[in-house]
Order: sequence, then C-alpha cells, then structure tokens
Amino acid sequence: MIDPETFSHLVELASFEFEPDQADYLREQLNRQLKTIDELAAVPLVENLPTDIHGVPYPQVNSQELRADSSSAFPDRDLLTKQFPEFDNGYVIVPDIPHQEL
Amino acid sequence: MSMDLCDLSASDIADLVKQKKVSAQEVLSSAFARIERVEGRSPSLEPGEITSEDKQKVHSYITLTRETAQKQAEAVDACIARGDDPGLLAGVPTSVKDIFCVKGTPSTAASKILANYTAPYTATPAERLFQAGSVMTGKANLDEFTYGSSSESSAFQPSPRNPWDPSRVPGGSSGGSATSVAAGESVLSLGTDTAGSIRQPAAFCGVVGLKPTYGRVSRYGLIAFGSSLDCPGPVSRTVRDAALMLQVIAGSDPHDATSATVPAGDYLAELEKGVKGMRIGLSPDYFRISYPDPQTGEYHDQPLPDEIAASILRAADVLKSLGAVIVEDVPMPNTRYGIPAYFVISRVEAASNLHRFDGVKYGYRTPDPTPDLKTLYRKSRSQGFGPQPKLRILMGMYVSAAQYSQQYYNRALKVRALIRQDFDQAFDPGGKYRLDTLLTPTTPTTAFPLGAVYGDSVLMQYADQLTVPANHAGTPAISIPAGLDSERLPIGIQFLGADFQEGKLLRIARAYEQATEDESWRKERPKVVG
Repeated sequence: MIDPETFSHLVELASFEFEPDQADYLREQLNRQLKTIDELAAVPLVENLPTDIHGVPYPQVNSQELRADSSSAFPDRDLLTKQFPEFDNGYVIVPDIPHQEL
Repeated sequence: MSMDLCDLSASDIADLVKQKKVSAQEVLSSAFARIERVEGRSPSLEPGEITSEDKQKVHSYITLTRETAQKQAEAVDACIARGDDPGLLAGVPTSVKDIFCVKGTPSTAASKILANYTAPYTATPAERLFQAGSVMTGKANLDEFTYGSSSESSAFQPSPRNPWDPSRVPGGSSGGSATSVAAGESVLSLGTDTAGSIRQPAAFCGVVGLKPTYGRVSRYGLIAFGSSLDCPGPVSRTVRDAALMLQVIAGSDPHDATSATVPAGDYLAELEKGVKGMRIGLSPDYFRISYPDPQTGEYHDQPLPDEIAASILRAADVLKSLGAVIVEDVPMPNTRYGIPAYFVISRVEAASNLHRFDGVKYGYRTPDPTPDLKTLYRKSRSQGFGPQPKLRILMGMYVSAAQYSQQYYNRALKVRALIRQDFDQAFDPGGKYRLDTLLTPTTPTTAFPLGAVYGDSVLMQYADQLTVPANHAGTPAISIPAGLDSERLPIGIQFLGADFQEGKLLRIARAYEQATEDESWRKERPKVVG
C-alpha cells in the first residue's frame, strides 16, 4: 500500500508536482496496480531460479561484438543544438543549480 | 465497391511500380486522396471540442509528411527510369509510428514533452524501409510513449478511431499504424510491440501485425519504453506483406548491441510451403481470461467470449484440413502472471528511460518562472508528461526501491523466467509437445468503445493479457484477421513461435489466409472506407 507519505516521497524523487485531485487519482491507480502485482507473491519459485533479463538467450553466437570504445563527432552539430530549449554562444542555459558547500 | 491503388498489397504495388505500370507518385497520390477522405483534422495538443465530424474520421496521423513522401516517390521513379533496382518496397506508402526518430520530422512519442522535438537522425528500421523504396506518408498516432492499449492516452487529440466502427478504439499503442493500414491511408506501417502493441491493434482493426523475436529488428532510434521488451515490427493487410517488410527491416545493427546476429531468413521463399505435418498447439491457458473486480480487486477467471473461442477452433480445423497436426492441452500455466510481472518490469524500465526528459537538452520546457534547476525539472516534467507516463515513473521507482526490489522486481524477473520456460517446453524439438506454433486468440475481446476503459490503468493493461507472454519470453508472434463478430468487428488470432522462427509463423499464417480467402467476411471493408 502506497500511503500519502510514501507517495509524496516518490513524487519528490521523480521531480513532479500535482494538484490534490490528480495526486488522489494517481495514488489510487498505483495501489490498484500494486494489488495486481501482489498476485506474484502466490507464484511458487524454486530455489536458484535465475532471473530473466531478455527472454531470448544471448549466447556469444547470437551476440554482437562490443564496439570499440571510441567516439566520433555527430555530423551536424546544429541539428543537436537546435533542440536545446535555451542555448547561447555554445552554452546550454539553465537556472541556478542548487548546491551545498561541503 | 471500387479498389484504389492504395488498397493493393505492398507486393502488388512494388511489382507494378517496378514494371512501370504505375508510378510511385501515382500510388502516393492515391494514398493521399484516401487520407483526404477519411483522416479528419490533424490532432493537436489543444483540440477543443471533439465534433460529430471528428467522430466519423480515423485520425491516424500526428504528422503528415507529404513533401518528404513526394521526394521519396520521385526518387523511386527516377531510379526505375535509370534502370536501377529501387528495392523490395518500391513506391509503397508506409506510415511510421511516431515513436521512431526520422531525421527532420517531428518525433513526438505522442507526448507534449516531445511535441517540439525534431529528430536529428533516423531509426534503423525506418532507414531500411526508405532504402528499400518505401515512401513515408506520415508519423502515426499512438498512446503517449506507447503507454496504453487504446491510443486514447495520446496528447494529440482527436486520438485514432477504429475504421470498422469509429465509436470504438483501434487498440494500442500502435493504434494509428493499424488504422492507417486498415483504412488504406498507408499500405504498411512500422509499429512497436512491448506487450502486444502491434498485435492487439492489428486484431482490433482487421489487419496483420507481427512482433518479431526480441533482437530480430534493431531498436536504434526508437524512443525507448521497456528496453528488454520493445520490438519494432510490421503492420500490413496481408501476410505476404508482413514477410516482405520483415525481410527489409530484420538483421543486426551495430548501433543496437541487443540486435541479434542470427541471419534473417528468406521469409518470402518459405511462405507458400504449407503446413503439412506441422504441429500446432492449443492451450487451455489461452482459453480463459482474468479480470480484476473493479470494486474488490479480486481476480476472476472467465472463459473467452464464444465468438473468439470459436474462431480459434475453426482455425485449428482449417489448418488440420491442410495437413497440420493439432496438439491439444499444451500447458502454459504461467500465462496468467504475464500482466502482474509486466506491471513491475515495464514500469522499472519506463522510469529509467523517462528520467532523461528534463526540459534542458530537448523537448518541453516550462514557461513558468523557475528560480532554480530543480524547479525547472519539476515544472517541465509535471506539465510535459500526461498521466500514463507519470504513473509508470512512480510505480517503476516504487518497485525498484532498495527496500522493495527483492519483493517486486527480482520476483517479477523470476516469474518472467517461468513464462519463458512455458515457451521452451512447448517448442522444445525433443520435448513432449514439439510445437511449430501455438494457436491462440490475440485479444480477450474485440474493439471496445472509446472511453469505456480509459482511466482504469489496471483494466486497460489486461487487454494485453494474451499478447504479453511473448514479450516476456522474447519470442515471435503474429496476429492475423480471422473473421468478424456479430457487431461486424474484426477478430484476430495469434500464432506464437520459438526464437527466430518468424518464417514458420508467416508460413502458417499464410496457409490459413489462403485457405480462407474466399470467405465472405474477407470481402467486407471498414465502415469509413465504404
């Protein structure tokens, strides 16, 4: 059960903010989903059952070799910089970054 | 009832174009004439009231790419005029789900947060389609970030409507892909399938949808949802066209380390070889469906609707008459855990993938005053994401938190292994069942009314209960039309297969298609096409 306090913590971690009615709807939906997820608790699991990451196995014969650890410049830099919401003289502009003196 | 060029199959169009009997530009004009007739107004972030006219149209596209398409069609015609080979898909109008980046086009994921994003590069499967001569009609609408099974969660409204009955959903998340193909606004579409997002809308709209084996088609340039589950694949009107399109998009890609190096087969060469001697399974676990009670949350099993169950049994009879061996009572006992496990795994992966959207590098940035960066993040994400991405991020963070990950995430991954074991046992060539395919329904219902389920995130997810096991297992599956129900809505049947056995599935599906090609329901067309 995701209580209001836990929900608020998740919202903070996820960098969201909600009006109360939206928060109520989302928390109610999350708890209904959790009830479904709790079905998994009834599944008998044998000891040492491995976790499955992809479904399809990836033996070496199926797998690509790792790429060389090298970088190459994107051919059209302007296409990337045009996407920045705020960009000036080669810099991505953001508001103050909160920091704490250690 | 007259046929237009856009109603022809992709293979017929490519042949006609290559033989110079029609030009790629004429085919494109036909597709845009159909779009003009059935599409309706362009969806937007601020659509205003949904009018009675909106309710009669299909709204397949977020963006129409007429200029790009015109240039591509001219290039195909010029290639043929030079005597060069234009490729397998010469002049075939193709829509691309707007979850793929295509250079120079808005690539929105149907989200406000990416509404102003123009892709600086092109996804590998889309690039391969273009290299093979296909012509992109536009970017198809979908559920926001693919999160849904009805396409209603798109930030771009009006959302797609089912061409067979526009008061019904087209399914999702590749809803615009399925509607564009069903309504003749494109001949092929590039979709993605994470829990059934190709197969379910294909079933609802009476078209063919193929989810390839995980890794069979590159995910490079796909805006990621569930990175261990996402599979790009074809939507088409015929099985041959699905084979043709898979032929083009399959194969390893150095840009995607999870694209498998297993060579793609010659899917067309195998297509007409029939099913004699093939072993086709039926499982009781796909003949019952589970639903949570909205009041109590308790789960109830119920049988499949009679018309859907009958279509499976009928398909088994047809295939048996063609020489296949029907194997009954194949156990797939972990099918029922597909949705609960998916609620965990997909949410963890979604949360991870959506952290990148922050209002700094690309996409939506809040216009509100923001004294610091944290406020900028909070406001941009809150205003940019719709409710479905928010739900997925919050759940993903919860079930992967250090104190819960053993209970939820690790357990879900183990249940995923059990689901995979069901498939391994069914398809083991030395095992008890030795199946070539498992024949199942694609969906627990036919297309439901718009608004009937949207807002209930649990019930909506259960629309995928018969498709999601193949995503957990990573195995291929195809949905093909198998008739209409009493409300004249399409019914889809699904063939599930072993890893990289797409060729076998296409062959079985083609055999069924061929054996039923004279049936009266195949003559019927979607209501919006008339």
